[in-house]
Amino acid sequence: MAEAALDRESGGGAVRVMDGVIATPELATPPAFPPARTFSIGSVVRTLLADVRRDWQLYVLLAPMIIWFAVFLYAPMYGLQIAFKQYSLFRGIEGSPWVGFDNFVALFSNEYFLRAVKNTLLISFYSLVFAFPVPIILALMFNEIHHQGFRRIAQTITYLPHFISLVIIAGLVVNFLSPTTGIVNIMLDWLGFEKIYFLTIPEYFRPIFIGSNIWKEAGFDSIVYLAAIAGINPALYESARMDGASRLQMMRYITLPSLVPVIMIMLIIRVGQLIEVNFEYIILLYQPATFETADVISTFIYRAGIQNNQYALGTAADLFNAVVALILVVSANWLSRRYSQNSVW
Amino acid sequence: MATRALTSDSSSEPFNLYTRGDKIFGVVNTALLLLFVLSTLYPFVYILSASLSSGFAVTSGQVTLWPVDITFAAYEYVLADQKFWIAYGNTLFYAFFGTLTSLLIMVPGAFALSRARLRGRRLIGFMVAFTMWFHAGLIPFFLNIRDLGLLDARMGIVLAFACNAFNVILLRNYFEAVPTSFEEAARIDGASDFQLLWKIFIPLAKPAIMTVGLLCLVSRWNGYFWAMVLLRSEEKVPLQVYLKRTIVDMRSDDSFASALMSTEYSFETITAAIMVVSILPIVVIFPYVQKYFNKGITLGGIKE
Repeated sequence: MAEAALDRESGGGAVRVMDGVIATPELATPPAFPPARTFSIGSVVRTLLADVRRDWQLYVLLAPMIIWFAVFLYAPMYGLQIAFKQYSLFRGIEGSPWVGFDNFVALFSNEYFLRAVKNTLLISFYSLVFAFPVPIILALMFNEIHHQGFRRIAQTITYLPHFISLVIIAGLVVNFLSPTTGIVNIMLDWLGFEKIYFLTIPEYFRPIFIGSNIWKEAGFDSIVYLAAIAGINPALYESARMDGASRLQMMRYITLPSLVPVIMIMLIIRVGQLIEVNFEYIILLYQPATFETADVISTFIYRAGIQNNQYALGTAADLFNAVVALILVVSANWLSRRYSQNSVW
Repeated sequence: MATRALTSDSSSEPFNLYTRGDKIFGVVNTALLLLFVLSTLYPFVYILSASLSSGFAVTSGQVTLWPVDITFAAYEYVLADQKFWIAYGNTLFYAFFGTLTSLLIMVPGAFALSRARLRGRRLIGFMVAFTMWFHAGLIPFFLNIRDLGLLDARMGIVLAFACNAFNVILLRNYFEAVPTSFEEAARIDGASDFQLLWKIFIPLAKPAIMTVGLLCLVSRWNGYFWAMVLLRSEEKVPLQVYLKRTIVDMRSDDSFASALMSTEYSFETITAAIMVVSILPIVVIFPYVQKYFNKGITLGGIKE
């Protein structure tokens, strides 16, 4: 949705080319005397040169950005080939010998990688089940607050954690769950329970990760739904009120159904990101004791590639990750198009 | 009547329209939301209180909501730490020059991309958007930075994270939405593309540029991962890396904690003070950021 306007390409330079020269061979009935090849290439070059001469200032403005994308985002894509090489730092990308799919064979016979794939999907799945509905519920609840002052303050406060850095959030989690001085354990102690060192116990990792994510993002994520609620026609509520509907019934039969299109789009976006979990946050929270449930694909790559210099193995995992992510995004967009005649991008 | 009840605030609502069930619903709803808001707020209040309490009060679990034995010892300790100031200064440096670089590259680029007569605009637009759906990943990105000689370089941090597709598209959409009459009028007056951007489009697109600027600023302020990976020298690391080392990694390192033992401050109060000091700037600019972020979301097209 954020990218919806990408489809808005209209008119413009590219279309001009299509009209004039390139589109011609694609006509259903080719002309009896097709224009000579040299003529069409020549004219393309000529118009291109004329355009560049006319719009040179635009190209000057564009150049730094194009160079940036080429150097920082497209050059690494070229580097992805080391997934198929026996990479050595001294030989470089070109000099390293090809090894076919050896790195992938090593990857998929690595039990830690398979565990990371499993953990990634599980964390994504549990987030979808437990975290996804929270902003929707929150938006519905905010909508039922009629005191504007309280509502504004409440909303602003719930947005705040979104802007706090992950390091601070992780610091808060570590602090609150500390086995000796953490407030959670102090409370447990008061209530007569044993103190628990939560961050070292694998079973607690996912709830801690997902729970603190809800705390951080649910408020901010509710904005999208609140914007959709603001667009609902008030006449619907008026006539429901006339028919004697209660507030709960109006929420259930008017507000919630009106949100379904937005919920579907957000759901599709989330499905498109199933393989991507917030690994920067995981790196802050996990430790060897919890790798069993906490280690995901990206953290596996980080340890293999950056901490242990297994560049080729890490890149193979990167390529796997990127391809799966691309497939997911494309299918999510296809779904969205089918469902709402509305492309996600 | 009914219209007023639903569109105006509670003060003017006629009570007879609400049944008993409705009122109970309203109270329960408000109470639950209040609970959520308080649980959002509580960690901040606790950290602030802990930072102002004595080390003994915190380690012995006396602090739950309000400060106990109020002291500024933890702040004095933190503010006297040279490493903290170096990291803070580095963050200011990266935030300022990083945001500036981002805008200097993306604003002109997005403007050029928004012009219909630009040849190849469709292809370039696709190449930009494609990076949202496909990225090479950690290792190729890291090796690329290394090959560029930008490891452990301030320049690397400033440059390597200057652009992203989302912001470029946000800016481009905003520029595209400017009515063509502005451009035509400027053309008649003989304006060049440079003048068009500088004199007309940048002033018109101020809300979008502010939004993107703040997005960059906040992500610069909060980012830690790549700074941690790419920077080796102590004197170059930003605040978040310093924070990670002190408040996250130190949890199992008791030598640091015990070395700090004092009745006035403890490891806990010091980390709390560090957190307060580093959250503070975000809380101060938060009202502005929030306003523009909300705007940014609608600008970006998330609008139903």
